Amino acid sequence: MNALNIQKGASSHSAYDLRDPNAQVEERHTLAVLVENEPGVLARVIGLFSGRGYNIDSLTVAEVDHTGHQSRITMVTSGTPAVIEQIKAQLGRIVPVHEVHDLTVEGASVERELGLFKVCGQGDKRVEALRIAEIFRANVVDSTLESFVFELVGTPSKLDAFAELMRPLGLKELARTGVAALARGI
Amino acid sequence: MSRTMTGARMVVEALRDQGVDTVFGYPGGAVLPIYDELFQQNDITHVLVRHEQGAVHMAEGYARSTGKPGVVLVTSGPGATNAVTGLTDALMDSIPIIVLSGQVPTFLIGTDGFQEADTVGITRPCTKHNWLVKDTAKLSETIHKAFHVATSGRPGPVLVDIPKDVQFAEDEYRGLKQIEPARYQPVRKGDVTAITQLAELIEKAERPILYTGGGVINSGPGASQLLRELADATNIPVTSTLMGLGAYPASGRNWIGMLGMHGLYEANLAMHDCDLMINIGARFDDRITGRVADFSPGSIKAHIDIDPSSINKVIHVDLAITGDVGHVLEDLLKIWKSRGRKTNSAAIGKWWEKIEGWKSKNCLAYKNSDTIIKPQYALQRLQALTAGHDRYITTEVGQHQMWAAQFLHFDDPNRWMTSGGLGTMGYGLPASVGVQMAHRDSLVINVAGEASWLMNMQEMGTAVQFRLPVKQFILNNERLGMVRQWQQLLHGERYSQSWSDSLPDFVKLAEAFGCKGAQVQDPKDLDDAIRQMIEYDGPFILDVLVEKHENCFPMIPSGKPHNEMLLGDASTEGAIQGAGAALV
Ligand SMILES: Cc1ncc(C[n+]2csc(CCOP(=O)(O)OP(=O)(O)O)c2C)c(N)n1
Ligand SMILES: [Mg+2]
Repeated sequence: MNALNIQKGASSHSAYDLRDPNAQVEERHTLAVLVENEPGVLARVIGLFSGRGYNIDSLTVAEVDHTGHQSRITMVTSGTPAVIEQIKAQLGRIVPVHEVHDLTVEGASVERELGLFKVCGQGDKRVEALRIAEIFRANVVDSTLESFVFELVGTPSKLDAFAELMRPLGLKELARTGVAALARGI
Repeated sequence: MSRTMTGARMVVEALRDQGVDTVFGYPGGAVLPIYDELFQQNDITHVLVRHEQGAVHMAEGYARSTGKPGVVLVTSGPGATNAVTGLTDALMDSIPIIVLSGQVPTFLIGTDGFQEADTVGITRPCTKHNWLVKDTAKLSETIHKAFHVATSGRPGPVLVDIPKDVQFAEDEYRGLKQIEPARYQPVRKGDVTAITQLAELIEKAERPILYTGGGVINSGPGASQLLRELADATNIPVTSTLMGLGAYPASGRNWIGMLGMHGLYEANLAMHDCDLMINIGARFDDRITGRVADFSPGSIKAHIDIDPSSINKVIHVDLAITGDVGHVLEDLLKIWKSRGRKTNSAAIGKWWEKIEGWKSKNCLAYKNSDTIIKPQYALQRLQALTAGHDRYITTEVGQHQMWAAQFLHFDDPNRWMTSGGLGTMGYGLPASVGVQMAHRDSLVINVAGEASWLMNMQEMGTAVQFRLPVKQFILNNERLGMVRQWQQLLHGERYSQSWSDSLPDFVKLAEAFGCKGAQVQDPKDLDDAIRQMIEYDGPFILDVLVEKHENCFPMIPSGKPHNEMLLGDASTEGAIQGAGAALV
């Protein structure tokens, strides 16, 4: 086999160390996916992402048309432009998926997320937490002598900022819904 | 007329409405009501397989050789899980298959009932779509939908999971005319502006190539016809993937052979050096592209595909046309002819000269022997002795598969059934049974490796039971030849577990199954053995003892570009020194 000029056992000829030669910068995209609300449809979407190694940064889903049995999945994903295009095409292939919209490229859109934040503390810290909540226009939805639960609606980064400020003031738990998004205008 | 009936009867009724004549299946507790219905009718033939994997591959063979969807019936739990390999195979190769599986009764679902498996969960990633039907009222409509999804757009396998109580319960049957039009309607027509642009690119091209794939065959015989017309009208060379063989005839003027990892030198070099690549129903598989960064660096690439996700998945293309191959080619030819367009025939003439130069390399050359049967020689003789026949070929997976693709010639679509995308050993024998069920009087040959063949050999029983005269042409090298080849070339000749020990005596095995077998070892006896196989009226196993250490060439090692192809020992020995056989 010397005529073939391949070193014995040379693993550099193996397919195992292939690298993606086209890797580029990752972008974050918000997708709105309108689906038939049938059993397993969410599993299909999630299975697509895990099976093909795509990222899910955020995902929300609920039925938005009860008579038409249509649900809206809002997902935030990140990847190179080529991967984002693939994700959209792959989503479009799923039989019960009716429409795929890339809100990041289809013009301006609004994104909102709801978060619930439980902050425990006494004295100055408690006062400070309440003051910051006011600045952020968060609502108090539960209160005891030693805790608050704040409700805050805003962009994901606003919720991040709020959590960051609340952490030293006694943030114990938080729950976030993930992003819901709609295109602006008609 | 009242159309109230049990779910089980609905299944049979729906199959009949869909024009199904053959079902491949295996019974069990969860499908007994459906088997009871099958017992009481005569329109649909049920082929009792020996393993559910065999049933799915048979349905694939049936589907690929007829253009009609293949139908499978299996029981719950192990019946369904045994179908998984076949479903994955059909998904990778875009074969329309409908699997109907039994399921435990709805009230037992989720309780780990006897023979319960989460069939829709397990098969979700290996079907195009699947359904669990919990209500008999929805059963007939779901089955009709399943046929629609399997056969529309890019074809693929689907599964309908039917709990046993749903089979027993009664409701209204809904026929094809009573169901709502399906929402799933993939686009078939391509964008005319893009097609016009393609025509303009063809006019200007100096070194164009048609790179065709299984999509041409899936689009129907009309698409293959249009491909031939396009090649005639433009004189563009045609190459094809493993899946597309036969769409353009091997005897055709423009044929330059299969491309890819074990494709022909001239085809791969033409792909590398072309200035316009027209991909028609292929998907830039890694076995085709080699190292992506060096794939056909200087060409403008156009891609016609019915599946938008195939476009720009692996290779970025310059012109994308989403649509059915047949429709797009029809429009392309119309546009081409209506304006009296012409190719740059002088340049294309030169291009052909270059290709003829590559052809003269004679890349399939091998060193023959008069004492031992070379696998390539065996296939050349098989080709010579069967060429005039109404012939269908299936294969297993390995070296023999690649040699079959290189040395057998296909002049028509739907005549070549092989597991391309998944590379499933054990595909060929059941696939040959499925093909023969659809074409009782044709010559159906499975070109097999001894190792692959053993994987589903139980289906010889099915062949014998149904008097299907399938020919098993086993190229027996007592090796997992393809694995051995990689170990030789890429893993320092450490032959880890790549030989076939303790093989059965195939002639006795044939007798044990109730069919006929023969063994051939001497090249002088080969022709007679092949003739005996063809002429025998019944299933036949021919055990062809071949050279054990032959390698399959040409070969583009994984991760290498097209122009760094290895040619065979025979053609490289002495001719190439230093830089070795890695031709540039
Ligand atoms: C189910 C399955 N298991 C393993 C493989 C990996 N594999 C590819 S080719 C091959 C050897 C096939 O041997 P044989 O059928 O004798 O064919 P040959 O290459 O010798 O012609 C193996 C093990 C496979 N393709 N499919
Ligand atoms: Mg072998």
